[in-house]
Order: sequence, then C-alpha cells, then structure tokens
Amino acid sequence: MSSSQVLLFVIVGKNEPLYEAEFHKSGTTGSSDSVTRQNYFVLHSALDLVEKAAWTTNQMYLKVIDKVNQQQVSTYLTAGNIKFMLLHGGRSEDSIKNFFNDVYELYVKLSMNPFYKYDTPITAKSFDTRVRAVARRYLG
Amino acid sequence: MSNRAPSNILDRPLGGRGRGNSNTTETFVSQSMFAYLYSELVQYHQSRVSSISELERRLESSGYGVGLKVLELLSYRARESKRETRLMNILQFVSANVWKSLFGKPADSLERSIDHADEFMIVDYEPLTSTYVSVPSDLGQLSVDAFLSGIIAGVLDGAGFSARVTAHSVTLEDGERGSASGGGGGGSNNGGFAHQHTGGASSLPLRKDKAVFLVKFNPEVLKRDSSLDR
Repeated sequence: MSSSQVLLFVIVGKNEPLYEAEFHKSGTTGSSDSVTRQNYFVLHSALDLVEKAAWTTNQMYLKVIDKVNQQQVSTYLTAGNIKFMLLHGGRSEDSIKNFFNDVYELYVKLSMNPFYKYDTPITAKSFDTRVRAVARRYLG
Repeated sequence: MSNRAPSNILDRPLGGRGRGNSNTTETFVSQSMFAYLYSELVQYHQSRVSSISELERRLESSGYGVGLKVLELLSYRARESKRETRLMNILQFVSANVWKSLFGKPADSLERSIDHADEFMIVDYEPLTSTYVSVPSDLGQLSVDAFLSGIIAGVLDGAGFSARVTAHSVTLEDGERGSASGGGGGGSNNGGFAHQHTGGASSLPLRKDKAVFLVKFNPEVLKRDSSLDR
C-alpha cells in the first residue's frame, strides 16, 4: 500500500471544494483510480469532524482530526473559515504546520485579487504551481 | 531601484511578517482620492437603481467583498494563527482592529442593546464615507455608510457569525463630541487613510449626527455562542 506516498490536499469552502491537488513522492507513478477515490472519500467524511472541532478551539491549526487505516487527516482553518485539509500517511506535525502556513499565505494573497470572489473554485495556474512547490519543499 | 516588471500577485509581500515595527508595513491612500472614488461609486449605483433601499443594498454588497478580504488579511498580518470563535471577541476585532486598519483609529464605541440580546451597536462619530457626502432631502433616510455596514457584515459572515448590519444616522446630543475631529493633528499618518486636519480649522461644517451600525445576529449564532459558555 503506497498510502504514505500519496498526499491529497483539498481546500474546502462553505459549500464545495475550491481546490484539489495530489502530491506524489518523486519517483513513484500516480496512484490508481480506486485509491484516489478512496482518498477523496476519507477526506470528505472527515468534514463533519472539522465542523465539530472548529468551535472548540481558536487555533487555526487543528492538527490530526481523523485516523483511518494508516492514513490521517490534518486540518487548518483560516480566519474566514475556509478549510485546508491534508490526507497523509504520517508526517511530522512541524512539516505539516509549515506547509499549511505557507499555503495560507498564498491563499491570503490570492484573495487580495479583486477578481477572485471569496468561496469560489480556485483556477489560477500560478496558485497551483506554487502550492506544489511548497508541498515539495515541506512534504518531500 | 525601480523594478517595474509585472510581478505575480502571489509573489508580492503581504506585510506584517514580524518586521519588528509593524507600523512600517502600512501603506497610505490619500483621503481625497478615497472621497472621489467613493463618490463615483455612489453615483454609479445611483444611476442604476430606482429606490433608496436598492441603492443601500448595492452599497452594502460592494462593502461585503471588502469585509471578507479584510478579515483574512488582518488575521494573517496579526501573525497569531488564531481565529475568533466567540461573539464578543469578533465584535472587538471589528471595532478595534478593522477600524484601526481602515481608518487609523478604533471605532468610537461598541454597545450592547438592552432590549434585544442579539443586537449590538458600533458607533463612529466621523465615518469616512459620509464625511464628504450630503444627502438631499428627497432621498430621505438614505445612509451612504451602507458601504461600511457591508464591510462589517462581510467580516462577521466570513468568520461564521452571520448578521444583518444596518447603518443609521443618529443626531448627536449636546456635548457629545467624539475626539475624532480634533485629534487628527497635522497630517498624522497612522492609518490607511491619511488625515489632513489642521487642528480644529476643518473646512467642513461640524457634523450634527453620528453613524451607528446596528448589528443583529442570526439566532443560531447566539445559540452556538451560548452553548460554548458551558
């Protein structure tokens, strides 16, 4: 099971996912369809837990909120209640925290764009490139 | 050092990154530029609507987008990685931080209504949007501060505290004068809009009313907040 090789990162708004990206460790090929779908399922089913945890703490970084098989879901909530969720097979808290902080910075910069409407899907290619670069730097 | 190459918005610095004195990261916009731009905004909407409430609604929705972005930006710049989850805290955030970053001073007061538990009032004696606007009598109750109430609504909605925010002009009582008009000093730059007041010799007539932003929260917000008290 290459579950620790594939990381799924999703940005979820109030109603729908705004951005999705899969990161693979360099060298491995993309995962099969069923693995991808299972990853999505695990991540989306953790959304309820995020909602519950959101109001109990005023931290932005919510750490690991769900563990399924070998995979863990970590979450980060922005000030505007946009959820950044990462499905991973066990990475250090620090590297995930740094990853989220950098993506948050990119997200805030993106929302400064007057043409980007809050809570709409993110389609900017440059955002995608930069998120992947951040992922490569912190998540291997 | 004039690097005019177009840079991607994602590469530009956002400011507030622990550069010691956070005052140095603020940028200033001239007050007259804002006044002109805002008057154009009001005129633009006025030519497209047929009623007062429609105009107010349009101004509000213009401000709403600003509120959402201001929320994210200020929370990022504060560098604390904390969100507000309690009602009083988010109201404090709006009346202190948001006002300070937009107008250079915190709002003049934050009050809770006695009659209704879900109503709060944010008072500003000199709201920037209506300082340079005079409303003709045939437009009656129009308050151009609807733009600001849109900003407040955007901040609250983004943080998860949906509320209806309305702007009202309330006549000032005798002797009730905010420190806003005299405290500008000679061009003190400590906020988003540089004030050009020279002592008390402002060329505008003194305002007779203050702007009160009435914030009415939705019932589920109050329910959630009181359940967090336990």
